[in-house]
Amino acid sequence: MTDVIVAPSKEREAGLAGIGSHRKRKEDPRLIQGKGQFLDDLKLPGTVFGDFVRSPHAHAKIKAIRADKAKAVPGIIAVLTAEDLKPLNLHWMPTLAGDRQAVLAHEKVHFQNQEVAFVVGEDRYAVADAIQLVEVDYEALPVVIDPKKAMAPNAPTLRDDLTGKDNAGQGPRRHPNHIFNWSVGDKAATDKAFAGAAVTVKEDIAYQRVFPCPLETCGCVASMDPVRGELTLYGTFQAPHVVRTVVSLIAGLPEHKIHVIAQDIGGGFGGKVGAYPGYICSAVASIVIGRPVKWVESRMDNLSTTAFARDYHMTGELAADKDGKIRALRVYVLADHGAFNAHAQPTKWPAGLFSIVTGSYDIGAAHVAVDGVFTNKAPGGVAYRCSFRVTEASYLIERMVDVLALKLGMDPADLRRKNLIQPEQFPYKSALGWEYDSGVYPAALEKALKAVDYKGLRQEQAEKRKRGELMGIGLAFFTEIVGAGPTRNCDILGIGMFDSCEIRVHPTGSIIARLGTKSTGQGHETTYAQIIASELGIPSDDIMIEEGNTDTAPYGLGTYGSRSTPVAGAACAQAARTIREKAKKIAAHMMEVSETDLEWDVDRFQIKGVPQKTVTMKQIAMAAYSNVPAGMQHGLEATNYYDPPNFTYPFGAYICVVDVDRFTGETKVRRFYALDDCGTRINPMIIEGQVHGGLTEAFAIAMGQEIVYDETGNVLGASLMDYFVPTSVETPVWETDFTVTPSPHHPIGAKGVGESPNVGGVSAFSNAVIDAFAHHGVTHMPMPHTPWRVSEVCHRLGIDK
Amino acid sequence: MIPGNFDYHRPGSVDEAAALLGRLGEDAKVLAGGHSLLPMMKLRLAEPKSLIDLGAIAELRVIREKDGVLQIGAMATEAALIASDLIRRHCPLIAEAAALIADPQVRNRGTIGGDIAHGDPGNDHPAIMLALGASFVLRGGKGERVVAAGDFYRALFETAMKADELLVEIRVPALRPGTGASYQKLKRKVGDFAIAGAAAVIGIKDGRCGHAAIALTNVGPTAVNAEAAAALLVGKAIDEALIGEAAKLAMSACAPTADLRGPVEYKTRMAGEMTRRAIREALKRAKGG
Repeated sequence: MTDVIVAPSKEREAGLAGIGSHRKRKEDPRLIQGKGQFLDDLKLPGTVFGDFVRSPHAHAKIKAIRADKAKAVPGIIAVLTAEDLKPLNLHWMPTLAGDRQAVLAHEKVHFQNQEVAFVVGEDRYAVADAIQLVEVDYEALPVVIDPKKAMAPNAPTLRDDLTGKDNAGQGPRRHPNHIFNWSVGDKAATDKAFAGAAVTVKEDIAYQRVFPCPLETCGCVASMDPVRGELTLYGTFQAPHVVRTVVSLIAGLPEHKIHVIAQDIGGGFGGKVGAYPGYICSAVASIVIGRPVKWVESRMDNLSTTAFARDYHMTGELAADKDGKIRALRVYVLADHGAFNAHAQPTKWPAGLFSIVTGSYDIGAAHVAVDGVFTNKAPGGVAYRCSFRVTEASYLIERMVDVLALKLGMDPADLRRKNLIQPEQFPYKSALGWEYDSGVYPAALEKALKAVDYKGLRQEQAEKRKRGELMGIGLAFFTEIVGAGPTRNCDILGIGMFDSCEIRVHPTGSIIARLGTKSTGQGHETTYAQIIASELGIPSDDIMIEEGNTDTAPYGLGTYGSRSTPVAGAACAQAARTIREKAKKIAAHMMEVSETDLEWDVDRFQIKGVPQKTVTMKQIAMAAYSNVPAGMQHGLEATNYYDPPNFTYPFGAYICVVDVDRFTGETKVRRFYALDDCGTRINPMIIEGQVHGGLTEAFAIAMGQEIVYDETGNVLGASLMDYFVPTSVETPVWETDFTVTPSPHHPIGAKGVGESPNVGGVSAFSNAVIDAFAHHGVTHMPMPHTPWRVSEVCHRLGIDK
Repeated sequence: MIPGNFDYHRPGSVDEAAALLGRLGEDAKVLAGGHSLLPMMKLRLAEPKSLIDLGAIAELRVIREKDGVLQIGAMATEAALIASDLIRRHCPLIAEAAALIADPQVRNRGTIGGDIAHGDPGNDHPAIMLALGASFVLRGGKGERVVAAGDFYRALFETAMKADELLVEIRVPALRPGTGASYQKLKRKVGDFAIAGAAAVIGIKDGRCGHAAIALTNVGPTAVNAEAAAALLVGKAIDEALIGEAAKLAMSACAPTADLRGPVEYKTRMAGEMTRRAIREALKRAKGG
């Protein structure tokens, strides 16, 4: 017990660099000095290399595969085909969506660049030479690329392996290329509202196929120890524990003999959640060969075969009163899932959380129907910073509100004002069944409008329009749904979507904490340490965070869907609180008082009313290993598995201003203001970094990114020559702002932010570009808003002369 | 993304390089900056048996001026062009255009000779060279010959160079007083090839156009010499209406192919718009603006 003059609480609190601190990221010293340990940095002794023979065809029968010449290349060890995997029953693997996916194409290929054979050799160069020498005889088949043609009566059947099966994992199918039909909402009430509505609008709104393009491509090193019978799988995994369970289930290895390790990861954005054929083939090859096998995707492999995002073809309808009060929303979606139904999201929802599509607005009735179809494109479906189809949903409603504003002749800001959910309506039950936790929407909108001088911008726009100049102002007021999720309705392969944290306080008062999530660049080592710092009064610098090793970390569902802070962050706080409870007992023992006489003060317990009588958490830590009360176990640690009671609902108001060159179709984002409300802000600098990154990706999607296929299924532009990744030259300057509405059900009130800027950003850019043409009666323009597409509109309107 | 096997040669002089090329012939590829060739090799679209790397030949990097003609070594990098006082003084257009090529890393490696000799219509120097009336010095087994830029480009990736010839020097007449030049390049992002580009060189005498040249980037199988558009300007006082007419003629000389940068019709229109902008700017500069 100390009996000294104690520094003021505020000073001590600042010294912790806990919740609210702008402290620098703990991971950056190693990352910015090139000392990160990424997958390809791993060099195990005796490693051999594997890579794929990929299909040039989008749809073809495989008549024969001849690998003799390839095997004759010096250094080549093995060439695996589906026939080799078949006896192990590994030529197909189950997908997270209840379908199956070819590991190596069996009898047929279903998309261009599909994996056909896996060549393993002593070095990458020999493997590259041998790949060229594997001869595959194909018989080309008719191709389906356009999802709108997939269910035509005469469409070719893509998945012969599903013939006779009326279920591909997510409900009944009504056509050989149909995957599922899913609907939600009150159809009768919605139809009734439309029938009686004064004003209705309808628009076809497509969200193109895109890909997140992380700096690091996917890869793994599989290392089988034949003596111990243990497989260590290093890889770029956003959800290492899930990978371990999946590998155990499909490879038949006992789960305790599988060690999955994810080191530093150079960006994931959802593309590193699922399992890829490279992982399975590397594991099989290592088991067969008895040496570590490394597989790393090339950029082109990554862009053309790793899980894509979007490809949602939506039709939105709004019904409203004359004064703009929205009465009902109706949405139909044709979802292109590619060749296999392999999207990664909570099992129950084939369209993810798309039913957040009523957005930030109080809409009485809504109905959504989604049909999923197969096409001859790479599988995937939810990657790219999108919280399970929330981006598509937010894009749809934010575009539709603008379409309605145009029809009503109302300002888009006024229309939003009129329809926003009001603060007193929270917790708000949406027409499609969600319970929004908290929000003060009108204040956020007004703050945003004031910050950019919205009235002034509209005035400037009116003047410019008189001069024939094009200027657009785009608004988005988005509501996210993140933190999947409550285990009563969220699971992956039956495993509830809780997450976990284990904290150990060492005798000297420093800490190691391990979590079931996995940072791919979000700064978990800093953020989680800040939460624990505030909860336990130990400086965040003295707290080490470890993730990604399934042998040491508690089981968790991983990082995606902005779930780390809402779920694992909550587990952090709860585990820390368990420790504090024990610490309090120890403190009472140390000070020989009753627990009820103690109160917590930043980093110590003090005797109520006697502020100089304190013991610090650091002193308690030592006591936990040397001087515990009778009957108490030694040590100071706790594990928490957190099952969130609800999702969290971050929101934000974004405003984008663009100038359009009517002669070339080029757009210039002059200003972008982003107000985010993610509840309690743990590290404002990290939040801003997340918002900057997310907005840059949103900008890329809205303005240029698209994975394009030609009619015969060739994937075009799958290289960074064509696929738009903006540099600092193209990227606009971001203005960030915030309001704080804590989540009432989260232990520290935090909501998550990683995906918000992408969810809200895309709509704001797109709305701005289209708004530039509003006075010409243009209601919608398809993304991405590349110069040529924008120029087409200028040309059609005759304003490019 | 790993090239096939090849032999690698690094000659120390032009003579040595020419001899090697004579001996290895069509099985060999000449390596300059490598920013076109190496990606093609990594994709195995090009699989030369031998590479002759010109990187060690110092004489090919020299930039000098002689009797009003700039003599630019074929291995001068884009970065060197941008930094050259001689080029800034005698033909700043070359430096301006070089700064629009790719990004700093590419410009530190990529060379003017490689850009010209590759025969890619997406490269920027070919149109610049056409507009400036440049000529190219080719060195083969039988000695040297000089080919005018206008006679150099035959078809996509096809030039007047023979299999045993090296491009060693680019000769560009210095801009005369009263002449303005401009290169306008529309691209999707920094580092990209042009959607369409236009180079214009205009000489003004007594308020009228004394001479004009217009050439276009990436809107045909080779760089396009828009002679009719240029001829329209000569002898006239250039105004907006005339610029519009010239742009139309330039558009009619285009034969682009559709790709992810846009369809044929758009690229053609953009060639017209770039032509308008290049003429306007060149005119302004010719008038001392």
